[in-house]
Amino acid sequence: MNLLTATMQLKWNESLAEFGFIASVIMFMLAIMRMSKVKTARSGNWLAAGAMALAVISQFVEEGQINPVFIIVGIVVGAAVGAFLAWRVQMTQMPEMVALLNGFGGLSSMFVGLASYFQYMETGARGTLASLPAVGAFTGVNLMLTVIVGGLTFTGSVIAFLKLSEKIRGVPILLPARHAINVALGLLALGLSALAVWAVSNSVLGVLLLVLVGLLALAMGITLVLAIGGGDMPVVISLLNSYSGIAGALAGFTINSPVLIVSGSLVGASGIILTMIMCKAMNRSLANVMFGGFGAAETGEKKKDEYKNVKSCDVEEAALVLADAQSCIVVPGYGMAVAQAQHAVRELADQLSKRGCTVRYAVHPVAGRMPGHMNVLLAEANVPYDQLFEMDAINNDFKNTDVAIVIGANDVVNPAAKDNKASPLYGMPVLNVEEARSVFVIKRSLGAGFAGVKNELFEKDNVRMLYADGRKACEDLIKALKEA
Amino acid sequence: MNAFILLEIYVFVLACFAGFQLISKVPPTLHTPLMSGSNAISGITILGAMYVAKVSAEAPFGASTIFGMLACALAMINVVGGFAVTERMMRMFKKKD
Repeated sequence: MNLLTATMQLKWNESLAEFGFIASVIMFMLAIMRMSKVKTARSGNWLAAGAMALAVISQFVEEGQINPVFIIVGIVVGAAVGAFLAWRVQMTQMPEMVALLNGFGGLSSMFVGLASYFQYMETGARGTLASLPAVGAFTGVNLMLTVIVGGLTFTGSVIAFLKLSEKIRGVPILLPARHAINVALGLLALGLSALAVWAVSNSVLGVLLLVLVGLLALAMGITLVLAIGGGDMPVVISLLNSYSGIAGALAGFTINSPVLIVSGSLVGASGIILTMIMCKAMNRSLANVMFGGFGAAETGEKKKDEYKNVKSCDVEEAALVLADAQSCIVVPGYGMAVAQAQHAVRELADQLSKRGCTVRYAVHPVAGRMPGHMNVLLAEANVPYDQLFEMDAINNDFKNTDVAIVIGANDVVNPAAKDNKASPLYGMPVLNVEEARSVFVIKRSLGAGFAGVKNELFEKDNVRMLYADGRKACEDLIKALKEA
Repeated sequence: MNAFILLEIYVFVLACFAGFQLISKVPPTLHTPLMSGSNAISGITILGAMYVAKVSAEAPFGASTIFGMLACALAMINVVGGFAVTERMMRMFKKKD
């Protein structure tokens, strides 16, 4: 809907398109409602895809007689690339894939902002349409905010992608005076934005300012996310997801499209909620996560944290205990994803169930690198989701459990979070694995988790370390159990 | 200030509330699909891209067309990639019979 036509009668094709948009907004809302239940979630996703298709068709109808070549080329190329990426990606790479896709959305919003600026510049120069200052400061501010939020979503997501795929190191990279730098970048970007809006009729100055604002936004995304550790990436991804929604809503204000505003703010709200849920699960404030640096300060004194009395065991020993177990809880973590051990874990569980042992899985809310990461991996391995338990549902059962198997989890099972006030993890709700009669920790070495903190669990009397690759260990355990 | 913009702000505020209400009930099992699904929905910015990429009598070819075309492609990667990835994940959530 064009601002200038809003007070006029719509043409027939525009009226038709508006009804299409209203229908697609309703479909988006219903789709999100369906996504909140496992049974209906899949159809919810299809409904959302249908809503998107309807919105795109309605946009074509609204635009009427145009030369659509550029739009169609863009859509076809983008759809092909998107389909290729989605088809190729492995389930274990899902977190970085979502981050990357989110980055593309952010960059798209940024380009919409840039293009609208050029449009105002071009039309303003010819005098056929109102130039930006005449349209109003609100539209101008919006347009520049679209560029800024879109730009920092893009680079922020790319950094998150690089950290998650371990192409760059996950430890926080702290620039000196980074808070001052970020504030300065932000203020500078806003100031230059105001100038750019004012200079829209002067094409040389306008473009120069626009480019500067764009570069500042891109730089901000980098400095903000570099400072955040790999372990906090789940929070960062969902927050960036929220930003890309907000960028979309801002673009909606810029081109006066209610459907964009509604869908963008739905996504914005969903990202914020997931972010808050995860922060709560780690007992940290959003500010603490976003200002970054968590886990970086401790690296200097790591030497002091030497382990004492750690007991290890071999596969045969573990298999003997497992062979007699009546109940078992598996605690998966990011290490399971790295070792691609989810199928082996499920086979081990099958083997145990065959021997009459009840197997359940305890999933910590921030296990893995994105919200719900473990659930997806275990689902891939055909673990029925009714065997998966959330922390609060299963935490009191560890004391009645024969064996707990920790595979690739570290910080989320660290008892220091409960009783060591000096630990950086103190206050974070953790799984009570140490209450099980015996605990096996499958891990490649005694290395620290993302938080870089020593795990006091490994020193407990009922805990045995099984040093091995996660998948190999499970396969060996299955073999040993079959012989037992 | 223009009355239409005011109306848009109302729409924005109400949609935010609706979003909070709709999403606060989602169980953790579905957090990843929800995130990637809503990530796909954020590709709705494709409508903005189509608006700026069009070439017509009132909007001749220019820099905005090129940026608009790129924005169409990028938004579409987000949309198709996002929904396809979500579908792949959803297909795995099933009960053992």
